[in-house]
Amino acid sequence: MTPLHHYLVFAALLFSIGLAGALTRRNAILVLIGIELMLNAANLNFIAFWRYSANANELTGIMFVIFSIGIAAAEAAVGLAIVIAIYRHYRTTQLQNVDNLKG
Amino acid sequence: MPTNAPMPIAFFVLAGVTLVSAICAMSLRNLVHCGLCLALTFAGLATIYLQLGAEFVGLAQILVYVGAVAILIVFTILLTRNAEVHISPVSRSWMVGLAVAIIVCASLVLPIFQSPSLHRTPIMTPDATVRLIGEKLMTQYVIPLEAIALVLTAALLGAVVIAMRDEPEEKTKQMMEPPRRGGAKPELDPPRLSIPAVETRQ
Repeated sequence: MTPLHHYLVFAALLFSIGLAGALTRRNAILVLIGIELMLNAANLNFIAFWRYSANANELTGIMFVIFSIGIAAAEAAVGLAIVIAIYRHYRTTQLQNVDNLKG
Repeated sequence: MPTNAPMPIAFFVLAGVTLVSAICAMSLRNLVHCGLCLALTFAGLATIYLQLGAEFVGLAQILVYVGAVAILIVFTILLTRNAEVHISPVSRSWMVGLAVAIIVCASLVLPIFQSPSLHRTPIMTPDATVRLIGEKLMTQYVIPLEAIALVLTAALLGAVVIAMRDEPEEKTKQMMEPPRRGGAKPELDPPRLSIPAVETRQ
């Protein structure tokens, strides 16, 4: 079976891709996509460490990932609602144009 | 557990597809393509979960991420009529962001390769049946379960309230039409590009 560090390196690469996207793209939706990728990389780490641990029957990693998926779903819903509200107000989702607090 | 040789090949194929689609999701011009590549990334991650023996999490990943989050993102992209996006030229902030990401990647990957305890194979085969997960959720993890139910309810209400229109008389039209403010911002709508027009432009 695949050694553990393959999964960890893969998760690190996925996290870096999400981070690069969240830092470089100017669109609010793409920043949210980057954050989702980072969350998924963290979930993959939880699952990999759970699978390779000596006490895997406790299912701790799986429980953590289930709750993390729930949180991520809530975050995506609220984040996209905020994007829609911003678009309605500023007629754009480009983050560099959304630069004043007083609407 | 030196049982089967083809497992790493399957892992490399799945990981490669997932990474390539993640890069596409973060770098393509057309936002709709980005959303669909994101769905492919989530599906690839779900297959990796399945390969790791976490069947319930893999299926939950497909249900929640591919089924809900990716579709929600595509809907938002279409609702904001923002399918075409101008890639910003290679600017200073772009370089800084990429450099930060590369530094973070290196600082994660180098310790992984240097740590000998991480080069291990699975010790045991856990039985993560749905029955066991359900029992644990109802006994040991019941308070987190209730907390996440509360969080999800609050997020549902919050999302509806935030995305709701301010003007009450236009409440019925809020889901049907693209947002169009009457007097608040008299500027014109952004040019409406259909998808084929975007594709010919590239």
